[in-house]
Amino acid sequence: MIRVLYFAWVKERVGHAAEDVAWTHKEASVLDLIAHLRSLSPRHAEAFADPSLIRVAVNQEHVRFEAKVGDGDEVAFFPPVTGG
Amino acid sequence: MAVRVVSALFDPAVEMGAFAAKNARSGAVASFLGHVRDEAGAVEAMTLEHYPGMTEKELTCRETEARQRWDLADVLILHRVGRLLPGEPIVLVQCASAHRKDALEACTFLIDTLKTSAPFWKQEERHDGARWVEAKPEDAARAKEWD
Repeated sequence: MIRVLYFAWVKERVGHAAEDVAWTHKEASVLDLIAHLRSLSPRHAEAFADPSLIRVAVNQEHVRFEAKVGDGDEVAFFPPVTGG
Repeated sequence: MAVRVVSALFDPAVEMGAFAAKNARSGAVASFLGHVRDEAGAVEAMTLEHYPGMTEKELTCRETEARQRWDLADVLILHRVGRLLPGEPIVLVQCASAHRKDALEACTFLIDTLKTSAPFWKQEERHDGARWVEAKPEDAARAKEWD
């Protein structure tokens, strides 16, 4: 299982803030997870239509899309940050 | 370590006074205070969303890095979340050091890198609706200068 979190407009487009995704793949990357999420619903497909607009954190650390994800990870998708 | 993420309004005068008093033995204190801009009356309110847990972790990492790069006696990073009104304080960064160079540079480093790494997202409320603020390329360029 992967805990997937969404923030800001990614959350609005997907329609919810968090979900658990069954995940048994080994050696899978964030890109593989995105491909799977896009298949879940039209809203997911719209949210991830242009992944270049989205940033990702795995277990609360910024990573690139090539980073590995696996069972038990917390993966968050969000737009570039705008604090300060 | 002093990282605080708060939803309540804070008083910059109280925070700055307390930090200065606590660090009276340091020769230098530098502060950066950010306010919510009203963009000539166009912005009615600003809502700050964040990633609880990661926010504190990222800000603590920034503080740790600042302490490694400069000789600092004390650091405060205070950031608000939730709904804010124009003119309200949104972020306060303070650094204390023996001499001004460390405090000033670390303070600039912290606000520059916080802007591109801490997981906060601003949504502006304007008369015609709400919109997510887009990240500015110049902020990313400024943060990169510290690499």
